[in-house]
Amino acid sequence: MAILVNKDTKVLVQGITGAYGGNHARWCMEYGTKIVAGVTPGKGGQKFEDKVPIYDTVAEAVAKSGADASMIFVPPPFAADAILEAIDAGVRLVCCITEGIPANDMIKVRRVLESQQKTRLIGPNCPGVITPGECKIGIMPGHIHKPGRIGVVSRSGTLTYEAVGQLTALGIGQSSCVGIGGDPVNGTDFIDVLTLFNADPNTDGVIMIGEIGGSAEEQAAEYIKREFKKPVCGFIAGTTAPPGQRMGHAGAIISGGKGGAGDKIEALKSANVKIAPTPSDLGTTLKSMLK
Amino acid sequence: MNIHEYQGKELFRKYGIPVPKGVAMTDPAGAKAAAQKLIDETKNEYVVVKAQIHAGGRGKAGGVKVVKGADAAQAAANEIFGKTLVTHQTGPAGKKVQRLLVEQGLAIARELYLAVVLDREKRRVTFMASTEGGMDIEEVAAKTPEKITKVTVDPAVGLQPYQGRQLAFALGLTGDAAKELGQIAAALEKIFMQEDCSLLEINPLIVTKDNHVLALDAKLNLEDNASFRHKEWEAMRDMTEEKAVEVEAKAAGLSYIQLEGNIGCLVNGAGLAMATMDIIKHYGGEPANFLDVGGGATKEAVTKAFKIILTSPGVKGIFVNIFGGIAQCDTIAAGVIAATKELGLTVPLVVRLEGTNVELGRKMLAESGLKITAAATMGDGAKKIVEQTKGA
Repeated sequence: MAILVNKDTKVLVQGITGAYGGNHARWCMEYGTKIVAGVTPGKGGQKFEDKVPIYDTVAEAVAKSGADASMIFVPPPFAADAILEAIDAGVRLVCCITEGIPANDMIKVRRVLESQQKTRLIGPNCPGVITPGECKIGIMPGHIHKPGRIGVVSRSGTLTYEAVGQLTALGIGQSSCVGIGGDPVNGTDFIDVLTLFNADPNTDGVIMIGEIGGSAEEQAAEYIKREFKKPVCGFIAGTTAPPGQRMGHAGAIISGGKGGAGDKIEALKSANVKIAPTPSDLGTTLKSMLK
Repeated sequence: MNIHEYQGKELFRKYGIPVPKGVAMTDPAGAKAAAQKLIDETKNEYVVVKAQIHAGGRGKAGGVKVVKGADAAQAAANEIFGKTLVTHQTGPAGKKVQRLLVEQGLAIARELYLAVVLDREKRRVTFMASTEGGMDIEEVAAKTPEKITKVTVDPAVGLQPYQGRQLAFALGLTGDAAKELGQIAAALEKIFMQEDCSLLEINPLIVTKDNHVLALDAKLNLEDNASFRHKEWEAMRDMTEEKAVEVEAKAAGLSYIQLEGNIGCLVNGAGLAMATMDIIKHYGGEPANFLDVGGGATKEAVTKAFKIILTSPGVKGIFVNIFGGIAQCDTIAAGVIAATKELGLTVPLVVRLEGTNVELGRKMLAESGLKITAAATMGDGAKKIVEQTKGA
């Protein structure tokens, strides 16, 4: 069953005619994802790879293809608009891969998200979401995944791959893997994903990977302490990051004495989350909790 | 991106926020004339000479002087200009003063604090006001959080007049000053949104003895992600405040931060790059840098990245840690080979490759003739590079 996406999820791609969006749309199709439509304003009527119909608007794409999820590769100046268009068209799940959207744009998007119930946004600045063997929406390398019963949720793309690679190497498969993105204002948080994993009968445990900046990990720790019923292995990237420096991700910055790794690790430990001693020990740490 | 106080105050003027009269300069020789002009205009002999550097804590470090008369202003300018200021925000190396701001002196009754920030928990723009102006606000937040008032802006409607009044009354303002604070808050919200700030801070915001409110300082951080819609930022940028190598890296699409250690790191992805620093430290080494080559890294970008590491002083070993997703292992290998061909390789190199096109990447490195230690996992790689650089 997994969470968010499965073999029946129908995906449209906003920005399918760009080089980047096109490549990833193709790779998702090769993985088995049902890509049912593309959207590029002004290119309606054309076809992607001779088979996927392209539409001018998301509303039209949804009406004609029945898509219930969207994958966005639109460049930063137009990405917030693309998300808002997908929300307006009532798309159930929107994954925005785009990196570099101004925070002020995302504040407005977030306001619109909070005013409705239908659409969930994953990202932006994220690898996307995958249910191994069923549906891949995003830029993660599909072949490292293996169907199974461990959930992965992370703010970092490549660290998600690291966790997944370690699990697969140990023979442990994944139910679903969700990259929530490295930006300060995003659509879906750790708690949202953990809540879904908590309710999913096919998820037995979770790897949660946070990083410096903000307080999403501390909030997640509170939630885990209160309600989460399954074992959680955690890691926080940036223990050695200097304060005041933005570490690549817009959201990964220790500022005003807040957002350091130490507080996050302490909060998670107090919620019985087992912290992997190094990012190379994510798989083995999780495995040790399953016995 | 950071800008100087005087540039922030120019923006404040543009949006109608009262600031002291002042003149900015890159040559201290103009200080006397500037001061005399201010004295003539304001009929007040007191002027302030302020160092313009991208860091707070200037006053304590001797970068701000209140003086009487134009000659004294010149003497202060001569003293501050060219001086290296070490504050809690500059790091131990400090920052050399290369620009000055000469301003009118004012009769201050009270010093307040006002800032606009992004509240990450609420995902909204939030005003922070405190009566404890002139102090380190982080200290106020830690010791007396009740002295900080927060007002959150609904992005659908923007800052409302009642919220301006909430701020004014929280700051204990009355009469004209309360009204002025409302106008200042409204203007600050406009600046934050239209100029795409990530932080806007006035410390201190002052109330004069005749009950008017002025911004005595201006700290603005502009959000790099919005630079595509602010072509004017390029002209405001002070390159002398940035590390040349970091600017160079950015131009190549790399995210690079120089650190103090001796193990150079080349990684794809910000999270993995941070985690690589962490694991090096875990095994007793010190990372020389944070470097994320990004997802869509080309051979050229990787070559550039590797060259930056190779030419960094103090690098005694290099750890390449790649989990190829969008970034492909063969591209990374090609970049590493190209850079070493040009510059040679005299320090130990440990490479861990995983993910997309990993076999091809490993084969390319094996056939390159480079002296490379292959690592099976990131933990294995970190251990090996720390061992190989020990005592180096």
